[in-house]
Amino acid sequence: MERGFSMLNTIWFIMIFVGILYGALTGNLGEINNIILKEAQEGVSFAISLIGIMGFWLGLMNIAEKSGLIKNIAKGFRPVMKIIFPDIPRNHPAESWILMNFIANMFGVGNGATAFGLKAMKELNTLNTNKKRATNAMAMFLIINMSSLQLVPLTVVKLRHDYGSINPTGTIGITLLATSLSTIIAIIIGKLLEGKD
Amino acid sequence: MLEIISLSIVPFMVLIILVHGYIKGIDLYNTFIEGAMEGFKTAIKIMPYLIAIFIAIGIFRASTALDIFTSLLEPIIGLVGVPKEVLPLVIIRPLSGSGALGVVRDIIANYGPDSYPGLVASIMMGSSETIFYTLSIYFGSIGVKDYKHTLKAALLAYVISIFTTMLVCNYFYL
Repeated sequence: MERGFSMLNTIWFIMIFVGILYGALTGNLGEINNIILKEAQEGVSFAISLIGIMGFWLGLMNIAEKSGLIKNIAKGFRPVMKIIFPDIPRNHPAESWILMNFIANMFGVGNGATAFGLKAMKELNTLNTNKKRATNAMAMFLIINMSSLQLVPLTVVKLRHDYGSINPTGTIGITLLATSLSTIIAIIIGKLLEGKD
Repeated sequence: MLEIISLSIVPFMVLIILVHGYIKGIDLYNTFIEGAMEGFKTAIKIMPYLIAIFIAIGIFRASTALDIFTSLLEPIIGLVGVPKEVLPLVIIRPLSGSGALGVVRDIIANYGPDSYPGLVASIMMGSSETIFYTLSIYFGSIGVKDYKHTLKAALLAYVISIFTTMLVCNYFYL
């Protein structure tokens, strides 16, 4: 019934179960105590650290939405969006936020992308009849999102540069090819596994 | 060149949005405040999901149980041609972005950025995304409990993407 839910449920359980069991066997329990304290705190700090940048982007995008800028950008992508997201009605705000999320992801504006993505989910949920259950459009949006859209993986380039690569940017073209392939595959798989909403 | 572009994207986006809004006669300041308020609410809402996912990944990583998974999966992933130095990356990538970056740093530091494992790791890092974190906060923020086919599709797409990434790497680097 709730397959997706139980799958994450299982993975979450296994990670903690195996982690603690293995930690106990290897005498690493002290470290696990520290990790629980540290990561619980990290979850809170990370959420709080997001407030500023999310506030900034959502504030700015509220202007772009009201001025009609986002809608203009969305217009150009409508034919493609129609194929990937057939369930989103014309001119629905979800379309604009999904696009903004994709664009922010492409240019590596990570926190901005999260802000737009969460907003997109909220808008997609207004089209949802069963609020506990994901829609095909939500699934497709996240599947594309998780396939990585970033055009230039800057952190990797920086890492390569720091460790003395003769050509730090040399992997960009091939990464672009690999990531395009993975995104296309993700869209196809998303479509194939789609059920009724 | 790349750095200049990446540095100018955000300031230019800000400029374009503000100028466009000003021309269209939007009350910039108050509209900004109204939108920013939502950022606050959303960040608080995803907090419990972040705590849950961070703790699970943290425990799993700290216990070094990752090593067993790596050796268990080695024969399977090896079939696809993933160099064994890059195996830990394949496993940690869907779980944690910062964890994956740490693994890429190790690989690059140990084998060199221009070695075959270094190149494969660089490309793999850029061509996939963290799955569990994204799923839990995005769905968590709107209270959806049943993810439908999302996780299954994302994992399947990830496995196939490893395969295609290796094809691309082998084509260009072997």
